[in-house]
This record gives sequence, C-alpha cells and structure tokens, in this order.
Amino acid sequence: MTGPSVVVLDYGSGNLRSAERALRRVGAVAEVTSDLAAARRCDGLVVPGVGAFAACMQGLEDVGAPGMIRDRLADGRPVLGICVGMQILFDSGEEHGVPTKGLGLLPREVRRLQADVLPHMGWNTVVPAERSALFAGIDPAARFYFVHSFAAVPGQRPLDAAVSTAWHGETFVAAVEQGPLTATQFHPEKSGDIGAELLANWVRGLRRGS
Amino acid sequence: MSVAVRVIPCLDVDAGRVTKGVRFLDNVDVGDPVALARAYDAEGADELVFYDITASSSARETTYDVVRRTAEQVFIPLTVGGGVRSVEDVNRLLRAGADKVSLNTAAVERPELLAEAARRFGSQCVVLSVDTRRSVSAPSGFEVTTHGGRRTTEWDLLDWVRRGEELGAGEVVVNAMDADGTRDGYDLESIALVRAAVGVPVVASGGAGTLPHFAAAVRAGADAVLAASVFHFGTLRMAEVKAHLRDADILIR
Repeated sequence: MTGPSVVVLDYGSGNLRSAERALRRVGAVAEVTSDLAAARRCDGLVVPGVGAFAACMQGLEDVGAPGMIRDRLADGRPVLGICVGMQILFDSGEEHGVPTKGLGLLPREVRRLQADVLPHMGWNTVVPAERSALFAGIDPAARFYFVHSFAAVPGQRPLDAAVSTAWHGETFVAAVEQGPLTATQFHPEKSGDIGAELLANWVRGLRRGS
Repeated sequence: MSVAVRVIPCLDVDAGRVTKGVRFLDNVDVGDPVALARAYDAEGADELVFYDITASSSARETTYDVVRRTAEQVFIPLTVGGGVRSVEDVNRLLRAGADKVSLNTAAVERPELLAEAARRFGSQCVVLSVDTRRSVSAPSGFEVTTHGGRRTTEWDLLDWVRRGEELGAGEVVVNAMDADGTRDGYDLESIALVRAAVGVPVVASGGAGTLPHFAAAVRAGADAVLAASVFHFGTLRMAEVKAHLRDADILIR
C-alpha cells in the first residue's frame, strides 16, 4: 500500500531535500517540484520557506502559487506551511520597517521578535493548542528546531484556529491548525524523531486520492 | 521555557572521508561521515558540522555527495564549511541538503560575499566562522586570521564580527586558534567579548577537553558549544556532556 502523495513546493533556493526525506520517512510519497499541476493535485502540499518574507512572497508569485494555495484550501485540501512558509500565510510581514502583503489567510502581522539574541536558533519547547491534532501523543517536554527572527505574535483578536505557542524573548505563534491549513514556525523536518512524529500526525490526516 | 544550548560535533571531511581517528563507537565505519553523522544524531547531537578539508577541487564533488547522503538519513541541522568561495557554492550545498553554510577565509577576502549569500538565502543559513588569535596589537586583544591561522589579517576580532553581523551573518563561530587542540578549555574571554558585540547566536569552538569546559563556555555567553576531537576519540560522550550541562542548570535538549 502506498501512502498519500505530498508535494514539497520548490519556488526558489534552500534545502528542500530534508523535508522530502522526512515525509518519505513517515510514509508519504513525497516529491520536490515546482510543477503547479502536481502541487494542485497531490493529497498534501508542503509550502517551505527560508530567508526573507518579501523574497518568499515574490518567489511564490513568480511561480503563480498563491492562487493554487487558496484554491486548495477553499476545497478543503491540506496545506502545511513551514517556517517562512507559515509566515506568508498571515496578513503581512514587516522587515526593516517595510511591510509586505502576505496571503492573508490568517489575521496577524509577522514582525521581528523582541529578544536579546536573534535569530531564535535551536531547540525549543512548544505549548500545544488544546485541540491540536498535530501534537497528538507528543511529549509536552519535547523540543523542536527553530531558526527565525520574525514571527506572528498573539494579538487582541483570537485566531479562529488551534494556536500553539513558544517563547523567545516573548510569546509567539509556533503552530497553527485551521481546517485544512496547518503551519509550523519550527522545522519538523529538522527536528529529529519528534519532528517525524509530528509529520506523521499530519500525513495520517491526509486522504489518499482526495 | 526557552531555547536550549546546542552541543555540536564537528567532523573534518577530506575527499568524502573522515581522516582524524575516530573510535568512539563499535560497528561504525569510522571513516564514513554519513555513518558518523547518524551515530552522533543517535547520541543526541543538536546539530552537525562538516568541515571540508579537501585540497583538490576535483575531489570536492565528493563533499556534495556526502551532504546529499547525510540529508537523506539525518534529520537534525547540518552546517557545511571549508573552501566555500561563492554564492554558487552556497547554493549547491543548500540544494544538496545543508541547512547552513559557514564562510571563513572567503568572507575576509571579500566581505560582500556574506551580504550576497544572506540576501539570496537568508541570514539564517549564513554562518560567519572566525579563526581568532590573541594579539597585543589588536584593540580587543584578539586578531582575525585566515587559512586556518596561517595568515594574519588587519581585522580586530570585534570589528570583524560586528561587520559580519551587519552584512547578514546569522551566527558567529569563534574558533580560538590558541586553544584549538589543547583540550585546556575554550577561550572564555573571546567568547564573552563576541557575545557582547553581536546580537546573533555565538558558537564556542576550540579547546574542549573536559566536561566543565562546556558549561564554562555557556556561562561566558556561548549559545552553542562545538567540539571535534573529544567526541571523535571517545574522550567524552555526547550524553555525558548533556548530563553535565543539565546538572549545571543549563537548558539542553
């Protein structure tokens, strides 16, 4: 029996191989591709992202990905954003005082964390949302690998989503689950066995041939 | 809770093989960096560093192959350094499966390389590795050297790490050449100076010999501690280092 098909969207440079391998490790039939048709068709889409918010948005627009991501979510088809791939799901991101529009799927702004040392680089704990499926069965003391300077911070209005948080100088959004939309600020593909457990939770929720 | 201190083993890779004697584990091909990376991962390493010492450019293809095979099997962050000269070198290493690339001599020769790499791939994957040595003529007491300490530069350590951060380096590794290989402990003074000078994570490197050395480096301000020979020769095990740090009330994974 083959697992669900997953596309890791390739829209620029960076290490995408690790995500592909980590997903295969937990039973997904994963491939890295920039082919939008494949990204539209697959059971689960992973939107990775490293570096600058604006550069990632530009990269997504250059390959025509924003519409495809919106269509998938409107059809209830799973999407997993990782790191900056999560940040661009929010309303906007501000870097060096300049705001960039995000996909606007989640109502928050992404801004530079207020912390003594940035990037927030290394293994940190996460306080999972109460109704999180992503963190189901995962040891609350477990640590995940983060590397980022910007994040969405909890705001006045509650997000209509399961929001998991972490702390580096201040509390920030570490993961979001909202229907077909899942996103993590940390890198599950770089978080060893714990990261694999979390990815397995996501892959289990994918329906083959959906 | 907050972010844990990282313990990072570093492997010297020459034409695809680890050449320094490694005898810390049974049933491991001690010359195979991929097998060693897996073993260190299993022991609880928080990241891995491959330092490429391959001399001939024709043999450098083997490095990409090692990185590729490691990324297939090891799911913790991997930094690759040594001989990285251009943005295209950085790109190839990232595409092969490295998460971070460290720049040393090439950055001193052409500092803009840091900015170019950071602009294209993000600061999070650009590591500035600095070989530093005590010097009475440097204002901070530490000068910057290149080519593994064989050449002296005009740079004062603190001016250089500040410049590196400004250009976009997302992490600084402080290799104390005086301490390197001595196993007498990290150079705590240079760690504390760099910690106070920059806002990016600081990695202590060079001199680890006993368990208390690691905690001392963290207290001096290191966000991560890197070591090579004590791990390769089995003098210390990853689990011991972690346990010692935990007993010293330092957060570890």
